[in-house]
Amino acid sequence: MTVDQSVAFDAPTRRIGDRVERVEDEALLRGLGRYGDDASIPPGTLYAAVVRSPHAHARIQSLNVEKALEIQGVHEVLTGEDVARWAAPFAVGVRQPMEHWCLAVDKVRYAGEPVCVVIADNRYLAEDGADAIEVSYEVLPVAVDPEIAAEDSAPVLHEAVGSNIVNERNFNYGDPDLAFEQAAHQVSLKVKYPRSSCTPMECYVVVAHYQSASGTYDVLSNFQGPYALHSVMARALKVPGNRLRLRTPPDSGGSFGIKQGVFPYIVMMGLASRKVGAPVKWVEDRLEHLQGASSATNRVTHIEAAVESDGRVTALRYDQMDDCGAYLRAPEPATFYRMHGNLSGAYGIRHLKVRNRVVLTNKTPTGLNRGFGGPQVYFALERLMQRIAVELDLDPLEVIRRNLIPADQFPYQAPAGALLDSGDYPGAVERAVAEGGLDELLERRNQARAEGRIYGIGYAAVVEPSISNMGYITTAMTADERRKAGPKNGAVSTATINVGPLGDVSVHISSTPQGQGHQTVVAQVVAEVLGIDFDSIRVNVELDTQKDAWSIASGNYSSRFAGAVAGTVYRAAVAIRDRIAKVAAEQLGVDVEAVRFANGKVFAPERDPIAFHRVVGAAHWAPGTLPEHEGGALRETAFWTPPELTAPSEDDRVNSSLCYGFIFDYCGVEIDPVTGECRLDRYVTMHDAGRLLNPALVDGQVRGAFAQGLGAALMEEFAYGRDGSFLSGTLADYLIPTAPEVVEPVILHMETPSPFTPLGAKGAGEGNNMSTPVCIANAVADALGHADIQLPLTPSKVRGLIGIEEPPAPEHLKREVEAPSIEGGSALHASDSVEVPASPQEIFDSLLDPAVLAAIIPGCHQLVLDGENRYRADVTVGVGLIKARFQALVQLSDLEPPNALCLSGSGSSPMGSAEGRAQIRLTPIEEGRTRLDYQYDAAVGGKIASVGARMLQGASRVIIGQIFSRLSQQMQGETAPTGTWSRFKLWLRRLLGKGGAA
Amino acid sequence: METIAKQGARVQLQLNGRVREGFAEPRTQLCDFLRHELGATGVHVGCEHGVCGACTVQVDGKSVRSCLMLAVQAQDSRVDTVESLAEGELMSDLQLAFRRNHALQCGFCTAGILMSCAEFLGREPDPTESQVRDMLSGHLCRCTGYTGIVRAVLEVANERKSKNGEK
Ligand code: FES
Ligand code: FES
Repeated sequence: MTVDQSVAFDAPTRRIGDRVERVEDEALLRGLGRYGDDASIPPGTLYAAVVRSPHAHARIQSLNVEKALEIQGVHEVLTGEDVARWAAPFAVGVRQPMEHWCLAVDKVRYAGEPVCVVIADNRYLAEDGADAIEVSYEVLPVAVDPEIAAEDSAPVLHEAVGSNIVNERNFNYGDPDLAFEQAAHQVSLKVKYPRSSCTPMECYVVVAHYQSASGTYDVLSNFQGPYALHSVMARALKVPGNRLRLRTPPDSGGSFGIKQGVFPYIVMMGLASRKVGAPVKWVEDRLEHLQGASSATNRVTHIEAAVESDGRVTALRYDQMDDCGAYLRAPEPATFYRMHGNLSGAYGIRHLKVRNRVVLTNKTPTGLNRGFGGPQVYFALERLMQRIAVELDLDPLEVIRRNLIPADQFPYQAPAGALLDSGDYPGAVERAVAEGGLDELLERRNQARAEGRIYGIGYAAVVEPSISNMGYITTAMTADERRKAGPKNGAVSTATINVGPLGDVSVHISSTPQGQGHQTVVAQVVAEVLGIDFDSIRVNVELDTQKDAWSIASGNYSSRFAGAVAGTVYRAAVAIRDRIAKVAAEQLGVDVEAVRFANGKVFAPERDPIAFHRVVGAAHWAPGTLPEHEGGALRETAFWTPPELTAPSEDDRVNSSLCYGFIFDYCGVEIDPVTGECRLDRYVTMHDAGRLLNPALVDGQVRGAFAQGLGAALMEEFAYGRDGSFLSGTLADYLIPTAPEVVEPVILHMETPSPFTPLGAKGAGEGNNMSTPVCIANAVADALGHADIQLPLTPSKVRGLIGIEEPPAPEHLKREVEAPSIEGGSALHASDSVEVPASPQEIFDSLLDPAVLAAIIPGCHQLVLDGENRYRADVTVGVGLIKARFQALVQLSDLEPPNALCLSGSGSSPMGSAEGRAQIRLTPIEEGRTRLDYQYDAAVGGKIASVGARMLQGASRVIIGQIFSRLSQQMQGETAPTGTWSRFKLWLRRLLGKGGAA
Repeated sequence: METIAKQGARVQLQLNGRVREGFAEPRTQLCDFLRHELGATGVHVGCEHGVCGACTVQVDGKSVRSCLMLAVQAQDSRVDTVESLAEGELMSDLQLAFRRNHALQCGFCTAGILMSCAEFLGREPDPTESQVRDMLSGHLCRCTGYTGIVRAVLEVANERKSKNGEK
């Protein structure tokens, strides 16, 4: 029995659908949040630092931990050997002989791959220990570009597989070949979607405690789910699920999918704790995060459409290749299959042919990232729709309109299996056109073009899936393999409501929110159902796998909260309300159907209302008075899985998600003809996410996703050198949009409730990550008339598209000699001059003096003669977060006494290699004074290169500048200042300008 | 070098109005000292290389990135963190405006942003939107797209103006 919803009284505010302020905010605004690194830790907790590979592909020849262990305060080092002894490789979603361990056991396959873990009294000491670890590597050839990696001749990452292509599946829905044969036109396009990440501001945190008496790994981590990975971790640790207790802290500093990728570190730190016999804490730093945490999957797509003359698309062919990095880490290859059922997008296309190939390369393994799979699919599909318009000389919006699924066809069965639950796509488009002011925007384009400015308009129509089917990933297997493995489907959500002895209501959900405000929405739902005060409800979102209700589908991903989790809360609330209604019916002496809940009271017609807390109090204080079958103590846990989420069919159709929202975006972009900068003139985004539970929070999600989509479109990319070195290791290199760069989008909503979720809500948080990159790309394509548009559209890339040549370097900066280079690394060059209080001859002589040389090279510990004007040197160099000790060769050459000479050096360190050459020219300016001009070229590779060109340019300028200013001081008889730190700080301050740097 | 690193010092400073003292190595960053030694966990660390702004605190009234400063450099200074913004248990006008305008989601960047905004509004009582955005350019927020933050700052400036006008 379910009690009727309607209440006769004025609905109190802060119910479902209201723009309620968040209950989360006060603690966060007052600095009282409790994030991973704030959690209290057991006494005696030690700290870990991870030693990572500087090479993208290498065999580990030896690992020497002795020097690290000599440091006082360093206790243990966890190595691949320990891991091989205690653990197992992670389970993989495809059947292939490849192993991924939490630490490299014999080979490293990407720059940044963990090699060992140093455990010490504190983090600083652990990092000292990490610096002292000696690893020798046999460097192997790399496969970095996915298309090259897919070729037979490419170096193979996992030898036993014999190829870098680890999974291939071909799908046919309808009769695509016939449709292509009969089509009036065929339009095709090749696109590449780059690597990027939504990079939460908080990095990974793990506190692991191995409890040897019970053999339990007790771990606190800011993991975000999906909790299917709990099984992957438990199996890797070789323990039953009940011996891996995984807990999450109350607050999270963002995730956007990325914190799924902490799971290998949970295993790693569990083992580290076991090794050292104490709790171990690890807090990831930003370089580690950018380089080695996770990434969206980069994809190469050939897409083709069979098109009628009026622009209607009858069939699509997708040939997609996903680059999942060095290991296929669970849940990959999910980037493909999350979108599989709805590959035909918002369009009524009936025939579909798909080839999906997964290729491994020497890059960081990929994983969940907001929009998961969507940006990649829509970048191909919506670019193609724009190309169809161009090639058929039609209006791009008209092409979209003619292909949209009509409103009367919902629920709509898409060819690859998605059951699109509800919507009115044409209606949404027309409302967006009218309410967002498309006509005016078109007018602005006309005007701009008439004035000779470069201006374009782009569109994107996107279906936004939410609430993943836990079985979709098995589409990567053949029907035969699936039969053997057993069916996988569904997605169980949980919610628990407890009514305490004082009438206080607590709720627990297993959605591990990452800042979206789940507590607020849950309280809204419960307040409405129980008719109690919103503020009185407490919602707990910490998850403890040993005590709470959870399922493998738990966690914060696939926009499952509004549709599935809030819906399950609703069901739990209704269940407990029904129990309370029975108790109240007895107290009020009425039929249970007559009982109503509102304003903190329980009512029935012609009866005095009873306070909510009195009614429920009986369940605790006087259980003897309860009606029959009421056991007392009011607690309800609801589990809910939608029946629509069935396993993939024999013919590979899969309803990959439960809900499908709709987004229609358009934007105007103006391009600066000189700088190549893209400026958004207006961005309109229309969303239909079903019923909105709290529109203010939905708008927040849209704005956040839009800013990330803008970043993906214009600036964000994980760059790799040709040698596989990682080049985007700081936030000065990996650029994230800041406030001046983000325009305010025009947000529009319509609400077509989902028939499949308890509250009619769908997910809304990922849509703009899917729609915005391609919408902006379409506007740029429209502005420039180009077909080949690749993201991110950085100013320099756009200048290339416009055809602006970079101006030649000024005469005095031209280089006469060939610059040193390191294959695939980062190259730097600059010039400068200093005045030295000595004659050219004196300076020249000093430079040939090893004592002077040793004194002026910053961080030089030792300089030993190795031949004429050649030295072996032991030098510590610090750049940004990285400090490395180099074994270097220093040489003086091209001697033209006393006018010129060349100072060069090359060296290698555990952090990578570096090479540099400075041309020095000495010009007398007055008695006893000389101007020393120098011009240098340098190149670095390996981990050092990961701090990125911007940081390196500055740091190398500082370090090389130091050599000559020290020389100048030497000639004055002064001692040179020692710390590079203060100089580095100065440089940073300059870099950051007004930003308020120390 | 190893021994120098281990030599610690007692560092004394005034944290949010209270004299506090703790132990720091010469290389201990101010953010680590504030968080782990003195318990001011409202200070957040997002990059440790001076770009994200999450660790912003005020040292002697000026906004500073506490990841770019050593604890020993703060000896005898007045350090104010986000924990100082509320009056006891009552949030400040700025904090309330942040909540009203949904200017935070995960809240990780918020501590630093509030400190910069508080200082900025003291310096610039009548800012334009572009000045606010410019000030915010020293901070990274991955959740909000900045809209709510900009609105909150402008709203507080207006509120304070009209309050002062009334007087
Ligand atoms: S942590 Fe200090 S600026 Fe990012
Ligand atoms: S609120 Fe999450 S980073 Fe700003």
